[in-house]
Amino acid sequence: MTEFTASFQTAWQLLVSSDARLFGIVVLSLGVSLAATLIACVVGMPVGSLLAVGRFPGRRVLIVLFNGLMGLPPVVVGLLVYLLLSRAGPLGSYGLLFSPTAMVIAQAVLVTPIVAALTRQVIADEWSEYREALRSLGASRARAAATLLWDGRFSLSTAALAGFGRAIAEVGAVMIVGGNIDGVTRVMTTTIALETSKGDLPLALALGFVLIAVVLSINAVAYAVRGWAERRWG
Amino acid sequence: MGVSAWLSIADLGLTEGGTRIIDAATLDLCAQRSVVLGPNGAGKSTLLRLIHGLLHPSGGRLDWPRPLSQAMVFQRPIMLRTTALANVEYGLKLKGHAAPERGRRAAEALARVGLGNISHRPARLLSGGEQQRVALARAWALEPELLILDEPTASLDPASSREVERIINEIAAGGTRILMTTHNLGQAKRIAEEIIFIDRGRIVEQTAVAQFFTLPQTEAAQRFLQEETP
Repeated sequence: MTEFTASFQTAWQLLVSSDARLFGIVVLSLGVSLAATLIACVVGMPVGSLLAVGRFPGRRVLIVLFNGLMGLPPVVVGLLVYLLLSRAGPLGSYGLLFSPTAMVIAQAVLVTPIVAALTRQVIADEWSEYREALRSLGASRARAAATLLWDGRFSLSTAALAGFGRAIAEVGAVMIVGGNIDGVTRVMTTTIALETSKGDLPLALALGFVLIAVVLSINAVAYAVRGWAERRWG
Repeated sequence: MGVSAWLSIADLGLTEGGTRIIDAATLDLCAQRSVVLGPNGAGKSTLLRLIHGLLHPSGGRLDWPRPLSQAMVFQRPIMLRTTALANVEYGLKLKGHAAPERGRRAAEALARVGLGNISHRPARLLSGGEQQRVALARAWALEPELLILDEPTASLDPASSREVERIINEIAAGGTRILMTTHNLGQAKRIAEEIIFIDRGRIVEQTAVAQFFTLPQTEAAQRFLQEETP
């Protein structure tokens, strides 16, 4: 029990002294996951909106596929991206494996289906409400998809947030393609996994606190922004 | 009638799941201001949507001697999450109008519906009556040759309804053809030149407005007027 409380104390000290090593890990984690979420939004939101509004062959199959891919296991994504980026793989010549870029790619692959599927749900609801008015004004389906993306921007922050939450919390994909190299590709989750298995609980605990704090505060900010926006724009 | 029709509807039908929503409608629209009346579920809204092209008929024809530019206003105004002005501009943007002209026309249209002073307010936070006026401005800015309105005042208070009516009459005065539905018989009297009465998906009669309210030609219309008149 004393060891337990001692771990908490050390963890707290690491946090308040803004330990350089801890700080580097947190910054890398946020950077990788934010970049991956950004890519996922840029790709996934238009795809989701077109799936909601469009009419093209294979649409239903794609909807089922994206919904299913929401539960993609991170280790499998890590493995696939590893195979793509490894020296013998099709993208091996770029030498990206075990770099933060590889981690961004893996998390983007993991998160894009989540963003696309959630966007489709939001936009499908809007479309059923706006459909006649937009068609009456002469909007093409592509145009309607773009209009609804902009109009649903506040609701869609939830989709982005879900994607970020998934990215920042996953271990499997970044562990495989990043390699958990100290000072290069070590992020919060991989460090927690490693330090816990080594028995160094204070650093793992400190990172656990940061991880929870980051996720909670980003959700709180998003909630506040959304509330403000809804009061502002209705 | 003697006047040539701007739309001839021949044997128009819409069947959904085995139910005939519109049943072999045949109709020549000549009047500048026509109001479609009928009981709930008679197919009034469906008829307007078929004419506007939002629904595809399962049979029959719509013959436009000359294609007319159209706009439609719905019972519930659909406002984008932006300003009233940008909502009006959106319609113009879709029709390919360039930016400076777009802003000018949108501002003009808002002024004409009496909302010039609140054009920069978020449209969704306006009252129901104001939102419907923004929707009317959005339609008016397009300068349509035919304006279709589906119960535009059904969810509005009397004051807002009167304002909407005033706007419809003003749009009509500019030469735009009006085709609308309403549950308000007084409003129908004030706006219409002719009444199209429809019951259970069938067009029952088409009569000049004065005659319809004093001497309807069919029993169904008589019954409807008795039930609807307080």
